[in-house]
Amino acid sequence: MGKRVVTAAIVFAFVATATYASFYIAPTERTMGLIQKIFYFHASCAWAGMTAFLVCFAGNLLYVWRRGDKWDALGVASAEVGLAFITIVLITGPIWAKPVWGIWWTWDARLTSTFVLWLLYISYLLLRTLVEEPDRRALLSALFGIFAFLDVPLVFGAIRWWRTQHPAPVIMGGPGSGLEPTMRKVFFFNVLAMHILMGFLIAARYGLERLRCEVEAIQREEVL
Amino acid sequence: MSAPGAAAAIRFDRIDKRYGGIYALRRVSLEIAKGECVVLCGRNGSGKTTLLRIAAGLVRSSAGTVTRDGERFAPVGFVGHATMVYDELTAEENLLLFGRLLGVPEVAARVNGLLEETGLYERRASLLRTFSRGMRQRVAVARALLHRPSLLLLDEPATGLDSLSVSWLARTLQQLRDSGCTILLSLHGESEISALATRAVRLEAGAVEADSTSGADLKTMLTFSAAK
Amino acid sequence: MSVLSNAAVLLGKELRTEFRSRELLTTTIVFVVMVIILFSFTFNSFSEDSRRFAPGLLWLSFLFAASLMLQPCFLREQSNDTLSALRLSVSDAFAIFLAKLAANTLFLLITEILLLPIFAALYNVQVVPVLHWLLLVFVLGSLGVSLAGTALSAISAQARMRELLLPLLLLPLLTPVLVASAEVTVGLLDRNPYMQWKGVGFLALFDVVFLTALWLFGEYLLEE
Repeated sequence: MGKRVVTAAIVFAFVATATYASFYIAPTERTMGLIQKIFYFHASCAWAGMTAFLVCFAGNLLYVWRRGDKWDALGVASAEVGLAFITIVLITGPIWAKPVWGIWWTWDARLTSTFVLWLLYISYLLLRTLVEEPDRRALLSALFGIFAFLDVPLVFGAIRWWRTQHPAPVIMGGPGSGLEPTMRKVFFFNVLAMHILMGFLIAARYGLERLRCEVEAIQREEVL
Repeated sequence: MSAPGAAAAIRFDRIDKRYGGIYALRRVSLEIAKGECVVLCGRNGSGKTTLLRIAAGLVRSSAGTVTRDGERFAPVGFVGHATMVYDELTAEENLLLFGRLLGVPEVAARVNGLLEETGLYERRASLLRTFSRGMRQRVAVARALLHRPSLLLLDEPATGLDSLSVSWLARTLQQLRDSGCTILLSLHGESEISALATRAVRLEAGAVEADSTSGADLKTMLTFSAAK
Repeated sequence: MSVLSNAAVLLGKELRTEFRSRELLTTTIVFVVMVIILFSFTFNSFSEDSRRFAPGLLWLSFLFAASLMLQPCFLREQSNDTLSALRLSVSDAFAIFLAKLAANTLFLLITEILLLPIFAALYNVQVVPVLHWLLLVFVLGSLGVSLAGTALSAISAQARMRELLLPLLLLPLLTPVLVASAEVTVGLLDRNPYMQWKGVGFLALFDVVFLTALWLFGEYLLEE
C-alpha cells in the first residue's frame, strides 16, 4: 500500500512538473500565444498512446504464442490506457483548432488517422464485451489486435498521402515546423512524464484485471 | 493389455481442459492400444465430447499432451454430434470433396464403394438436405472412413437412429474392429454397439472414474450411465 | 495434398454452392444498386463536382456490401459443424482461407463489374476508355476487402451480435483500401484520365501485409 502511494506521488510529481514547465518555462509562441501550450500536452499524449498500443500489440503476440492469461490482461490494460490517451489527443486537437483556425475539426492528416486508430481500438474493446468465454475472448481479441496494429501504419500512410494533397489547416505546425531549444526540452520532458503516467496506469489496470479474473474464477467454482 | 513396447494408438497424458474457471477435463491420463474398441461412458457434461474432440485435434487442451501412434499427424476418422457434411451438396459431392481434400487415391472408386456399403448408392445424386437423420449419419460415417483411418472416434453415433441404422452401424464397426482399426466412442447405455467394446472408461466431472476390460464391469458401467 | 490443391478443391465447393443457389450474389448486387441509386438522390449526380466524390461513394457502397456479404462466410460452416470436417481433412488450415478468400474476391468482382454500367449512367462518367485500369483497381481493392473480411468474419462468427460486429470491425480496418481505391478511381474517371501508380502500389502493399498476416495467424482464427 505504501509503495503504491509513493509511486503515485512520483508519477504525479512528474506530470505536475511537466505541466508547470509547459506553462512557465517554455516561452510563449509568437503567433498563437497561450493556446499553443496545449501542444505539449496533445503531442506527448499522442506518443504515449502509440506506445501503449505497441505494448498491446506485444501482449497480443505473446498471448497467441504463449497463451498465458497475463498477456491477455496486459493487452486489455494497454488498449484501454492507450485509448484514454488518444481520446485526449482527439479532444485537445479541436480545442487548439477553434481559436486558431475558427473551426473545430480540420482534416489534418495526423488527427484523421488518430481518429481511425481510436475507432479500431474501440472495436477491440467492443469485441471483448461480445465474447463470453474467457479463453476465446482472449484469443479472438489478440488476433484482432494484431490485425489492427498492422493496419495502423497503412492508415497513417494512406491518409497522409492522399488527404494532404487537399490543403487543410495543419494542427500545431505540422512536421516541418521547428521547435526552439527550450521548447524542445520541455516537449521531451512532457513526453517522458506522459510515458511514466502511461506505465503507471497500465500497471494499475493490469493488476485490476488479474484480480477480476481471480474473482470470476472463484465465483464460478462457488456456483458449482 | 497391449504388448510391451507397442506404440499406443492414442495416449492422453494429464490432459486438462479449462473453459474460464470450469474444468471440462481434469488430469485425464489414458492409453488406448491398437485394435482396442473402447467405450467412453458418463453423464452429459462429464467431458466425453471434449475428450474426443481433443483426440481428433479439433480442440486444444489447456495442459497435457495427446500423442497418436507415436507421431502427431495421421488423420483420424471423426464422427461428431453434428453431421459435418454439407446439406446443399449431394452425397456423392460431399464424399468426393472430402476424399479429394484428404488425398484419397482413386477417390471416385473409393466413394462409389462407400456409397454401396452404406446403401446410399441410389440416392447419391440427391442433396443431403433431403436425407433422413439415419441416412445423414451414414454419410457422416462414410466421410469418416474415406481415408481408411487406423483410429476412429465417434461421439454418440447412435443418437436419433432407428434400429435398422443402429444395426448397420454395429455391423460396420464390427468389421472395422476385426480389421484392426482402433475405435474410441462415447455411448449412452447398452445397445448392439456397446456389445462390441473390449473396454469401458467412465468419466465423471472431467476425470476418469473407472476403467475396465471385464465384461461384467462393462455392463454395469453402461447401465449406470444410462440410468443417470 | 498441398495447400494450393486443397484450396482449389475447396474453391470448387464454394463456387458450386453459391452458383447453385445464387442467394449471396443476388442479394449483394441488389443491395449495392440500391445504395448507389439512393446516394445519387442526395446530390446532383451529373455535376462536375460529382466526379470528385462519386468514386468514393462507389467504393463505400462496395464496402457496405462486402460487410454484409461476408457474414455467412464462416457462419454457414457452423450449422452442421462442417468447419471441423474441413479442419480434419486439410493438412494446412490456410487452404480453407485461400479458398474462401478467392471465392469472396470473385463474388465482389462480379458485383463490381455488374455495377459499373449503372454507375456510369447515373453519374455520367466514361468507364470504357479506362476499363482495364479500373479492373486492376477493382481486383486489388476487392482482394484487400476480402482479406480483411474473411479473417474478421472468422472472428465475428464466434461472437455475439455478429451482424453488427463484422461491419464495426471491418470498416475502420479497411480505411486505407477505401482511401487508396477511391483516389485511384477519381483519377481514372477524370475528364483527362490519369493513373495513380502510387495508389496501385499501396493497395498491393495492403494485400501483401494482410495475406501474410492471414498465413501466419489463420489456424488460430479457426481454433476451438
